[in-house]
Amino acid sequence: MTILINSKNEQKESLQPKGLLRYFSFSLDHKVIGIQYLVCGFLFYLVGGSLASAIRIELASPMSDFMPRDVYNQVLTLHGTIMIFLWIVPVVNGAFGNYLIPFYVGARDMAFPRLNAVAFWLIPPSGLMLITSYFVDGAAQAGWTAYPPLSITTPQSGQIIWILSVLLLGGSSIFGGINFIATILKLRRPGLKLMQLPMYCWAMLGTSILVVLSTPVLAGTLILLSFDIVANTGFFNPVLGGNVVVYQHLFWFYSHPAVYIMVLPAFGLVSEILPVHCRKPLFGYTTMVFSIMGIVVLGLVVWAHHMFTSGTPPWMRLFFTIATAFIAVPTGIKFFNWVATMWGGKISINSAMLFSCGFILNFVFGGITGVALAQVPFDIHVHDTYFVVAHFHYIVYGGSVFVIFSSIYHWFPKVSGKLLNEKLGILHFAITFIGFNLCFAPQHWLGLNGMPRRVAEYDPQFQLINQISSVGALLMAVSTIPFLLNIFLSIKNGRKAGDNPWNALTPEWLTSSPPPVENWEGEAPLVEEPYGYGKPIISE
Amino acid sequence: MLDKNYYLILLISSIIGISFWIGFNVNLLPVEASINAPIYDELFKILFIIGLILFFGMSLIVVYSLFKFRKINGQSGDGIALEGNLKLEIIWTVIPSIIVLIVGLYSYNIYDRMGGMKELNNHEVMHNNSEKIWAGISQNSNNISGMENLNIEVSAMQFAFLFNYPNGEFISGELHVPVNEKISIKMESKDVIHAFWVPEFRIKQDIIPGQPTVLNFTPTKVGKYPIICAELCGPYHGGMRASIIVEEVSDYEEWFNQNKKTSA
Repeated sequence: MTILINSKNEQKESLQPKGLLRYFSFSLDHKVIGIQYLVCGFLFYLVGGSLASAIRIELASPMSDFMPRDVYNQVLTLHGTIMIFLWIVPVVNGAFGNYLIPFYVGARDMAFPRLNAVAFWLIPPSGLMLITSYFVDGAAQAGWTAYPPLSITTPQSGQIIWILSVLLLGGSSIFGGINFIATILKLRRPGLKLMQLPMYCWAMLGTSILVVLSTPVLAGTLILLSFDIVANTGFFNPVLGGNVVVYQHLFWFYSHPAVYIMVLPAFGLVSEILPVHCRKPLFGYTTMVFSIMGIVVLGLVVWAHHMFTSGTPPWMRLFFTIATAFIAVPTGIKFFNWVATMWGGKISINSAMLFSCGFILNFVFGGITGVALAQVPFDIHVHDTYFVVAHFHYIVYGGSVFVIFSSIYHWFPKVSGKLLNEKLGILHFAITFIGFNLCFAPQHWLGLNGMPRRVAEYDPQFQLINQISSVGALLMAVSTIPFLLNIFLSIKNGRKAGDNPWNALTPEWLTSSPPPVENWEGEAPLVEEPYGYGKPIISE
Repeated sequence: MLDKNYYLILLISSIIGISFWIGFNVNLLPVEASINAPIYDELFKILFIIGLILFFGMSLIVVYSLFKFRKINGQSGDGIALEGNLKLEIIWTVIPSIIVLIVGLYSYNIYDRMGGMKELNNHEVMHNNSEKIWAGISQNSNNISGMENLNIEVSAMQFAFLFNYPNGEFISGELHVPVNEKISIKMESKDVIHAFWVPEFRIKQDIIPGQPTVLNFTPTKVGKYPIICAELCGPYHGGMRASIIVEEVSDYEEWFNQNKKTSA
């Protein structure tokens, strides 16, 4: 067995370029691919963020005066698509999943290294294609939901390129999902039991199941939509007898689970970070595992809560209300468990910990508005308003993106062997947290009082609140400065981190920083208690 | 020990007290101008209070833990190796389940009172009895009885609403309705999906091409309110607005007769 692995790795090493060039190559090393995902995702985050800034500039005044109206719709469509498909999904899954999962299962690489590289290299071209479609005949402008008949009647080239790009990104996501399932279930080091795996593995297993089950549905739907656009078929085109509501069902059958595809891995990452910096075992390991799987199952049967104001019969509304609200139970369990993990610990207050705590507060807030939105009568008033915009930004930005930053602070020493500057990190956290809440909290009020989403102009009575929100957005944009400064300064002349600066017990810390190509010099260590903090055996 | 419990109870009850105070005194919603609005606001208040209690509670625990259990400089070593507590974990599974279930049943009740669960029977829907109409909100059960619905047809297109009054055989760009009367609107879209939203009425229904939808409501307050398109429908989506003017019955009839004459 070991001989086989060695020969494979020799071959692997000889084929790979060295140094910085690795990151621009078709590398098969899971660590290189993880970093490729992260940096590529972050570049797209900067693009998506610039688009968000453009939206907030437009909305600083009630008139549509900053950009043409159709360009505004292109901007909001690209903002949503880029942030979901090119930033959050690839980073929480692809980047951290690729970097960490092989360490966690005690393997030297992912199960299918070539498929892994293909999955990554699908992303940059489809992202570039999506962005440059603006210069063809205008980008897609039907929103990231691409509801027909609007998506059929707007300029075709942009919409078709959008579909093509999302199909490729969906393909990349499916390849990744298959790879993670195979790696977690089949590549575990001998002696390592499933219930000894770090929680991020469970989160990635659950997420990958969702990816593999639901992404093909989106792909099929978008292919049908493209037929409607280019071949004049009538699947969703009401003029030709098609049904627009069927599209919404199919679309949300993927796109609601997509929320969990963005959030479950973040839950997993927080479960790794909190125990290390609190010096306490993860509270309630078993209930955590079951709640992840509970979310996976429930997440597949709640999609119609996005359609309470479309044509859905009453019984269906009732079923989806109850199912959706029940997701709060497994999600709540996880939050109580994290708080219990903190309780009685010896907490180091650093950037990683602060971002994780910020995540808990933001997500609890977004979760509460989520339970309210699940209630049909509540949703009917605020559906498609800024209340919903505020809610899902609390989930995906306040949740997932805060965790991404927390994870970068946590694993940067592992990847680079250097420590990040804590002062800049805490400054980054403070500006992000204040800016984020200033930007999105007031938007709840806007939605309740009559401002719909996706508009370039609005009732002048909402101007002040919109301007407050825009100031928050400005702060969020500024917050990337200390972050980028920190990264570049620390790579250049950061303090040496040593192999295990946090004294963590999970397997990725039990090798050198940065790790060797084969992950461990000798055999992979058997970590039976990844959260064994405070236990006598560990102390020596 | 008794002391500690005493403070804990004091803290919890003050969180609950503050949440209730905010819930009853901070109004985040616009004017209530239909029969549905106060029912909606009742649900909102309850959800708001439960949400505040949970949010304040969780935030307080997180912030308290950060301060109380922070590592003092130079301190090393680990916390207690507590890996779980079955009793606690059962408690925080069961209690949220009960809360979620109660809230779900309660909102079902609210929805029923708003007329959402009622079948849209043929007699409530205007002509074309055979046509399948998809549900919006149906007329309230506790409605002012004995009156016929006022039927109006709405057609939505990029980027305007048109209101057709079948009884008067005229089309208007503004929706005039008499106060305290049952209004039934049947909506059709000429092109893409739109939505009919009146925030002061707390109702919304998509207007779907190829599939008529129905919405029933009873305005209770005289005034002029916006009708807003809430579904992205193209470049001028933000400008797609109309007004609903709720008038005293006499004013409404005057307006109606005036228009009837001119168009006839």
